[in-house]
Amino acid sequence: MDKHSWAWFHRFASPPYLYKVAGLLTPWFAWSAALLIAAGLYGGLWSSPPDYQQGDGFRIIYIHVPSAYLSMMCYGIVALASAVGLIWHLKLAHAVAVAAAPLGASFTLLALITGSLWGKPMWGTFWVWDARLTSELILLFLYLGFIALTRAYEDQRSGDRAGAVLALVGVVNLPIIHYSVVWWNSLHQGSTKFFGNDAEIPASMLVPLLLMIFGFTCFFAACLLKRIQVEVLERERNATWVAEVLR
Amino acid sequence: MKSLHEFLTMGGYAAYVWPAYAVAAAVMIANAVLPGGRLKRLKAEIRRRKGAGA
Repeated sequence: MDKHSWAWFHRFASPPYLYKVAGLLTPWFAWSAALLIAAGLYGGLWSSPPDYQQGDGFRIIYIHVPSAYLSMMCYGIVALASAVGLIWHLKLAHAVAVAAAPLGASFTLLALITGSLWGKPMWGTFWVWDARLTSELILLFLYLGFIALTRAYEDQRSGDRAGAVLALVGVVNLPIIHYSVVWWNSLHQGSTKFFGNDAEIPASMLVPLLLMIFGFTCFFAACLLKRIQVEVLERERNATWVAEVLR
Repeated sequence: MKSLHEFLTMGGYAAYVWPAYAVAAAVMIANAVLPGGRLKRLKAEIRRRKGAGA
């Protein structure tokens, strides 16, 4: 392995570099998020027509789908960062996992609440113990367990490692959430086919949904970068680079 | 949407759609504001300690 192919990795593994890059990128993601979400809300709440079956009730989709997707994507980040932290003993990777978990928990909660508000008028109930809903609820408990575990130890490194092991064990839940609507009979509708000739969603609904998905993703990125800055600064508060940055 | 009235009543689904959007707004605002505040407090604390010669 030559020196250059790992150079980028080592740079990102340096706390001051990550701190600086995170600070530079945050406003770009924040403004992109604001514009995308504004356009998505206009398209989703105003200009797109009502659904032929669900009337205007379907409009919850524009927040439910992005938050459900982020809840899983974020868990992937927590698990990946945890794996990197465990394998390469990289403290910074643990910091990323710890920074991401509360965000993921919040979007999981949002997916559950918006889903239940959507379920009431369409299914007649706020909650049902079926595979999709239950596995998403387990995802919330995994996040909460991870957060509690990482904070339970006096020694930061012990907490990081314990949380990382839980995060990796919990990865098994991700395919269960994704395929739950295929493997089990569920009140929850199956995955929607978005593209191609047999797409199940008209462009007037698809475009705002994609805007919201990208908007939520940019928002998530901005929040995550900010949280990474906090986490890095918290852990490195006694390092000399911190004194230089804050001068 | 054809009218403001239809928008506000969400075709009869206002009791579900608007609370869902309100909760989403609350979660997003909390996510946007909390880390920034924490970062500011943390920076102030580190600066204070350094000033105190710790």
